Amino acid sequence: MSHHIIEIKDLEYTYPDQTKAVRGLSLRILHGESVAIVGANGAGKSTLLSHLIGVLIPSAGSVRIGDYPLNKETLSHIRRSVGMVFQNPDDQLFMPTVFDDVAFGPLNMGLPPKETEERVLAALATVGAVHLKDRPPYKLSGGQKRSVAIASVLSMQPDILVMDEPSDGLDPYSRRQLINLLKTFRHTKIIATHDLDLVVDLCERTVVLADGLIIADGPTLQIFSDDALLQKSHLERPLRMQGCPICNAKAD
Amino acid sequence: MHMADALLSPAVGGAMWTVTAGLAAYSAKKVQKNLDEKKVPLMGVLGAFIFAAQMINFSIPATGSSGHLGGGMILAILLGPWAAFLTIASVLTVQALFFADGGLLALGCNIFNLGFFPCFIAYPLIYRQIIGPEPSRRRMFLAITAASVIGLQLGAFSVVLETFFSGLSELPFAAFLLLMQPIHLAIGLVEGLITTAVILFVWRERPEILRTQPLGKLAMKPLLVSLLAITLVTAGGLSWFASSDPDGLEWSIAAITGQDDLKGQSGLHDFFADLQKKTTVFPDYTLANTDASAEVETAAKKSAAMPGIDTGTSTAGIAGSILTLLLAGLIGKGLQATLSTKH
Amino acid sequence: MFNFESRWLELRRLDELAAGDTKIHRLNPCIKIMTTAIFLIVVASFSKYEVSRLLPLLLYPIVLLNLAAIPVSIIAKRILIALPFVVFIGIFNPLLDHTPGLQLGPLLVTNGWISFISILLRFILAITAALILVATTGMDAICSALLKMHVPRVFVIQLMFLYRYLYVLLEELSRTLTAYSLRSLRGNGLRYQVWGSLLGQLLFRTMDRAQKIYQAMLCRGFDGEIRLLRYHRLTKSDLAYLLGWSVFFLTARMINIPQWLGALLVGRH
Repeated sequence: MSHHIIEIKDLEYTYPDQTKAVRGLSLRILHGESVAIVGANGAGKSTLLSHLIGVLIPSAGSVRIGDYPLNKETLSHIRRSVGMVFQNPDDQLFMPTVFDDVAFGPLNMGLPPKETEERVLAALATVGAVHLKDRPPYKLSGGQKRSVAIASVLSMQPDILVMDEPSDGLDPYSRRQLINLLKTFRHTKIIATHDLDLVVDLCERTVVLADGLIIADGPTLQIFSDDALLQKSHLERPLRMQGCPICNAKAD
Repeated sequence: MHMADALLSPAVGGAMWTVTAGLAAYSAKKVQKNLDEKKVPLMGVLGAFIFAAQMINFSIPATGSSGHLGGGMILAILLGPWAAFLTIASVLTVQALFFADGGLLALGCNIFNLGFFPCFIAYPLIYRQIIGPEPSRRRMFLAITAASVIGLQLGAFSVVLETFFSGLSELPFAAFLLLMQPIHLAIGLVEGLITTAVILFVWRERPEILRTQPLGKLAMKPLLVSLLAITLVTAGGLSWFASSDPDGLEWSIAAITGQDDLKGQSGLHDFFADLQKKTTVFPDYTLANTDASAEVETAAKKSAAMPGIDTGTSTAGIAGSILTLLLAGLIGKGLQATLSTKH
Repeated sequence: MFNFESRWLELRRLDELAAGDTKIHRLNPCIKIMTTAIFLIVVASFSKYEVSRLLPLLLYPIVLLNLAAIPVSIIAKRILIALPFVVFIGIFNPLLDHTPGLQLGPLLVTNGWISFISILLRFILAITAALILVATTGMDAICSALLKMHVPRVFVIQLMFLYRYLYVLLEELSRTLTAYSLRSLRGNGLRYQVWGSLLGQLLFRTMDRAQKIYQAMLCRGFDGEIRLLRYHRLTKSDLAYLLGWSVFFLTARMINIPQWLGALLVGRH
């Protein structure tokens, strides 16, 4: 069944200033999987994500999302089934009020006002932000902005959720809220992040990028136990998998 | 400098609003038609940028004083005239609403003074003419500064005209002109310098932003002629309906001829005065059934035309004014009291 | 950057006031805009030497400030800041116009002073009307009302985006200016050496942000048109408000209320 399978074959992308960001990448993600994309800054994570939502078109290779190959004609279909949560919520919340932002997607999809309103309230309820619906975005805290940004994507009812550094800048409480929320989602999840502990909580599969290529792709815990691999890709073990500072000190 | 509500007559204000509204509608159509989708967020964000930039103090070397950025030229260069005009209009609107800069009635004037001249005159007719295809730094400086200065001079001149035609200020036309133009020459130079600094930086770092926009067909002559026509018609029409009986005219006639009423003036004047009285929407006389006030009213009018006479009416006027202020204050205090006890 | 901080503070203050919930706040925004417009036109329509007939119109701001719980301080502050310019131009009236206007016992008041006071009154009335409008309505409601009144869509969307990103940009600029002032040893004001690069880089960041916003919009199906869901309610009290004030304004325009009151007081008929 080709429903909601993401298939990337030999993807290459070169930016206008000649930086080769992705140099031949192949990846296959099945419906319902939770995949983390990790790697050093500049490894190509954001570029890869941008292809998944059709913001960038491949220089070479192909991207296929469900039944649709990624090209200019299929963009609107792809955008309905893939929802992207940006790294900086201020870039994503551009309407005067929270309600407007969450309603933006459904209205563009042509939904009538009543249905739009239902979807908006449902999406806000999912992230626990219904009480914020009439607020302007600049009056929200970092965690609230993040929640609302997720709601603005949920209201379009995508099958695939792509997230770029979702826990960036969140205080520990908000971060925990976010992880608990994402655990309840049945969508296919693709998360690019530095927060390796979040990966352990949410993603059973991890893909490691370095210099525009995939250098590892496998079960999360296995990848995070491979110290040589981690070092090569400018990473470390998740903090909870490193020695406990108190226990280790006692052992000395 | 902004035009202020306090110095504006409804005729001038209305005329300028009509012109500005027309320009805005036309610009909106143009932007909509040639819409590069990308422009939608760009215009908004650049508007916020200019708003913020206007709040910066730029220290002018060797003078110890500071200058500010208007932003019209930068917007015109980055967005093209139509989008830039709407962007400046939006900045001025927010300023009028939140800071009462100028005022809401004068907003039409201000959008015209600070938007029309940089976007539709200075940018296409001066900047674009001087800049050429491959400009040197010198040429850029010249083009930008010349355009900024001329744009601001024209804007300042507009303010003088608007103030003069409103008739609320006693400042003679020539004196006001002599006051405004040199000040705005300095302001224009500072604007030119700041804009040049920014544009040169952009030119050095990301020249692709400055790839010149296609100007499109900016048919200037018909635009200017129709603007002039609209202004005259609206101003004339509004003067007719909004003014009270021509007491200014009355007074000057009385002063010139030494006669204290209009009888004996030419039949034509009578005819027009009569016609105006009949068609004026804001008549200066009171309702028919308050004869007493009508008497007081005409007496007060006469005293305006004939200074020094009938001090009794003046006393009533003063007493009444003080009473009005007291009443207003009492009402205010009363409201305060009742509303705070409600909580 | 004293100027910067205080202006920004005012902006936030007014925005907060606009989120209030008094009867005035709940009125239909189109009604409030129309009432303000009629008020401003009536104020401007008075002749040059009119003072007493302007006075009753002070009732409008006084009543609204109280009913909408708006502190006078913010209005007064704005008036004081904007006063110099108007005084600067207006003061020429008494200086140039010496025709006698009013006899107050031994004191002769020239028409120049009368027209100057008239200008000051108009100034105060106009400013308070504008600030009250925004403090009881808020930018979002005003934009909705403008759309309803058929102001070109492109322009209203522009206003919305500008306002939305104003705070983001002001915060960014504030941080940049703080960083600048911490490393520059002189006082206020940007040195000309940094005019280009400071403003230029802010410009680049702004344009990059615009690009990212554009992408976010595309991801949610943007096709060139911004769609909004807005509900408009017009109640009887809205119409009564508009009608009531309009009648008052026009009455004040046609009848010299202070003169009439004074005549009563002084016993003249």
